[in-house]
Amino acid sequence: MLKLGIKDLVKYPFLAEAGEYLRETGLGLEQLGEPDWKPILEKAYGRIVVASSGQIYSPDMERLDNDSEILSFIVAIILLKSASTGTLTRRFSLAEARRAEKYLQQDLWVQKDKKNLELPLKIIQELFGIRVSVENDEFVIKIPDYLRRSVHFHEKEWKLVNRRVADGLVYLTAHETVRLIRTELGEYINSKIQSISIGSIPDSFRQRVQDLILLARRFSDTTIVSSDYPPCIKHAIGVLERGENLPHSGRFLLATYLLARGQTVDQIAPLFKNAPDYNERVTKYQLEHISGSSGKGTKYQCPSCDKLRSENLCFATPDCDGIINPVQFGKKRKN
Amino acid sequence: MLEKNAILVEGAFKEYYFNRFDFIHVPVKANEREFGYQKINSGMIRHLAMRNDKELHLLLMKEIPSDVYCSNAYYSFPNLPMAEKDWKGADLIFDIDAKDLALPCRKDHTVYKCTSCNDTITGHQSECSKCGSTKFETISVSCNNCISESKKEVSKLIEILTSDLAIKREEIEVYFSGNEGFHVRITSGAYETLGSQERADLVDYIMFNGTIPETFGLKKQDLSKVSLPTTDEGGWRGRIARNLFASKAKTLKITKQITSEGYSSFQLKLEEIKQTMGVRVDPKVTMDIHRIFRLEGSINSKSGLSKVQCDDLDSFDPFSQACLLGHDEVQIVANCPLPIKLKNKKYGPYYSEPVSLTKYAAVYMICKGLGNVV
Repeated sequence: MLKLGIKDLVKYPFLAEAGEYLRETGLGLEQLGEPDWKPILEKAYGRIVVASSGQIYSPDMERLDNDSEILSFIVAIILLKSASTGTLTRRFSLAEARRAEKYLQQDLWVQKDKKNLELPLKIIQELFGIRVSVENDEFVIKIPDYLRRSVHFHEKEWKLVNRRVADGLVYLTAHETVRLIRTELGEYINSKIQSISIGSIPDSFRQRVQDLILLARRFSDTTIVSSDYPPCIKHAIGVLERGENLPHSGRFLLATYLLARGQTVDQIAPLFKNAPDYNERVTKYQLEHISGSSGKGTKYQCPSCDKLRSENLCFATPDCDGIINPVQFGKKRKN
Repeated sequence: MLEKNAILVEGAFKEYYFNRFDFIHVPVKANEREFGYQKINSGMIRHLAMRNDKELHLLLMKEIPSDVYCSNAYYSFPNLPMAEKDWKGADLIFDIDAKDLALPCRKDHTVYKCTSCNDTITGHQSECSKCGSTKFETISVSCNNCISESKKEVSKLIEILTSDLAIKREEIEVYFSGNEGFHVRITSGAYETLGSQERADLVDYIMFNGTIPETFGLKKQDLSKVSLPTTDEGGWRGRIARNLFASKAKTLKITKQITSEGYSSFQLKLEEIKQTMGVRVDPKVTMDIHRIFRLEGSINSKSGLSKVQCDDLDSFDPFSQACLLGHDEVQIVANCPLPIKLKNKKYGPYYSEPVSLTKYAAVYMICKGLGNVV
């Protein structure tokens, strides 16, 4: 087993070793509820609030207090579990994954020269079953391991044909290696939170749990789904409503469809509020770009049913009646 | 198919399945695969399970199918409806078909058959000279050029599979499809659990689809920093470098030329390279992880030829080695205005004339829709 330093646990507090660390400190939940430990509770709450706004919690590694970092992560998990709000847990998991991604990347990069890649490579291998080896200045993984993850990206540079490939292996930079596992890392943290069981929580935690329940409500504005929408659009809205991650192509479909139906950017933007990586400014910017009101002024069209089928976003029903683009839904008359 | 034709064809197939059953085997993991078959003039029957050769031979002799299929996928319950089968994995498969290669020879071996009066002609015409109908069925007959061009695609595919994907040559099985192309099956386990989307990206790799100049060191914004790949690299980067820098002495000159011509021009060059170096496979076949694929050893009812494994691709002659039906003579009216060659013997051209042909040639004509039993 790897010997982890305390700084490693600060970076990757979701590892099983963090639990051992807690046991070693001899601290129990009851003690953490005492007034002396209030700063930890507040820090934990703060981590969740930052994550819920789509930001990444990133303290200055040199100046922070290691113990309070690890403990605040553990308390955050307890708060989330007690509030049992799926939306906040997903947001928190994604933000923590992105935070860990940053450290993984640094560790791969900095330690490459020292030939001490054991920790980051072991995290990737143990958590996600991907064997990464190092060749010269690059990280190398097997083609099937690469494909299983890369197909979720839509940028052309992730296509296998645009990678350096040889002998059944794909060559990646440190950044690309960790980017490849971001979603899985988020899912791993999420499942970890789901799987823990806690008994009763200290009374001092209860107020913050209530606050989280209130906070979660902000993200669960329900949207009225018109029955006139084609099944692919209903599916996309459903995914967002559940606070799940809708791939870029699905968001593009939703935006172009609703724009084609005459909705404005301001009307559409709130739909994306539930996305785990929601950022109001970025969403607005992207919607304006798609609508043609910014950028080069190109107004993007709704993708064809053919295209959607190839992206696994088509959920055709008999009501689709042979249309070739979702915007035709309901308009086609039967002869 | 006309009833009298069906009787002859079915008789010939029955003879084959009866005499040559030792030639037809279930593939590995047979009891986890779905089987299916068709009979002449009837629909597909699928979701069947076969445990061994014996069960398969029994089906062939009892049903005398026109076509037999077996899934590339393995399931826990191959005979249940698709949603309940429990998919476990699927062989990686490729289909190379001469009709997808847009070869110039196509027009020389295509027969146009009027769908209204069944008259056949060789050149394309806007309307039938006999009945004036404007609808024609196109029928392609045996062509050695199509086979040799398809073989070239198979060789390109094998080269990419072995060098880029690290699949061992002995894990690659090549089959003549029974009509005008080849099927390739990978028996290596490394790729068998990939889903449809992953296979789609793999196919794009093999076809050299969707590539961008950045992959080869060209940046849209800054052409001063062109860094093209070198000839000793692996994968497409090395392949493209070897194509661009055929002569090492000209490397510098060619690099300068690419830099001065710019990004868009290089993009066009990549498109051109794709046409010659990309492997032209049918992407739908590779992406489909629930497909039932023609069973090796079975007859293809589009031609009466069998799907057979090619041990030596270069010397393989499908019109001899896959022509396995009976030799006895039968009478038909052949309407094949182009000569065909089977087992090194030339047949035709025939213009709606009664002829006595070997059974395999008669079946070939009937299956192609270019002959009828008297």
